[in-house]
Amino acid sequence: MEWKKMPSEMELKEALANRHGREIQQKLSAAGAAVCGLGGLGSAVAIALARAGVGRLHLIDFDRVDLSNLNRQQYALNQIGMPKPQALAEEIRRFAPYCSIRQSFVKLTEENIPQILAEEAYICEAFDDAEEKAMLTNCVLESFPGKYLVGASGMAGFGGSNEIVTRKILSNYYLCGDGVSEVGTVKGNCLMAPRVMLCAAHQANVLLQLMIEN
Amino acid sequence: MVKINGKETAADGKTLQTYLDEAGYPVKRIAVERNGEIIPKSKYEETVLCDGDKIEIVSFVGGG
Repeated sequence: MEWKKMPSEMELKEALANRHGREIQQKLSAAGAAVCGLGGLGSAVAIALARAGVGRLHLIDFDRVDLSNLNRQQYALNQIGMPKPQALAEEIRRFAPYCSIRQSFVKLTEENIPQILAEEAYICEAFDDAEEKAMLTNCVLESFPGKYLVGASGMAGFGGSNEIVTRKILSNYYLCGDGVSEVGTVKGNCLMAPRVMLCAAHQANVLLQLMIEN
Repeated sequence: MVKINGKETAADGKTLQTYLDEAGYPVKRIAVERNGEIIPKSKYEETVLCDGDKIEIVSFVGGG
């Protein structure tokens, strides 16, 4: 199919329905997720969900694209300095122009989480700081017992693909990662694209399954 | 006995906060679940662990 003009929303939905069926396409189109943190994990999760046809994405991060991000985050050189929600929205529009994107260029705190995350039923915790992860997890599970949370912990280094797993902690809380590989520890002390993407794929896959099966 | 992260532990009668302090958990980097429910941080001091409880302590590590 040659690129002649922008496909219509109908054409794009049709293409998705031809892949995974009309029923799933409609379910995903009606679903939305809030992605908290748009770094190595969040940028990959958002893109995976957008490609799968999820109808709404709330992209949340207070940071700007930096050169050091490019080893694992889904941004480009010409986006350095741009707020991450904006850069990611720009990227997503290149293949999913009808995905409804809400951008929040803010830092999530205990005080603003009840208001900022009120909307979507599915929340992805994609932070990189351990204390912030704990803060978001506790706050979301306490404030929104009816929502689903999919978080991550432990994905630094290389190799050990099979150690990245998805664990169901609560009926509404899943945790992906190997649980131990921290930035700065012995086994490869930094975040590298493949392992981070593995963890992000786990998160996106759980979110997709929840959206389809609920 | 209390099952903590899959391991039978003699922590009956202790408060959750006491157990966490004794076991050396960094309280700012964890989330605790008991019998299928999240325990709010504000309740750690007053939550008493009982025989038969099933506790899951998630310890977050940096990176993402």
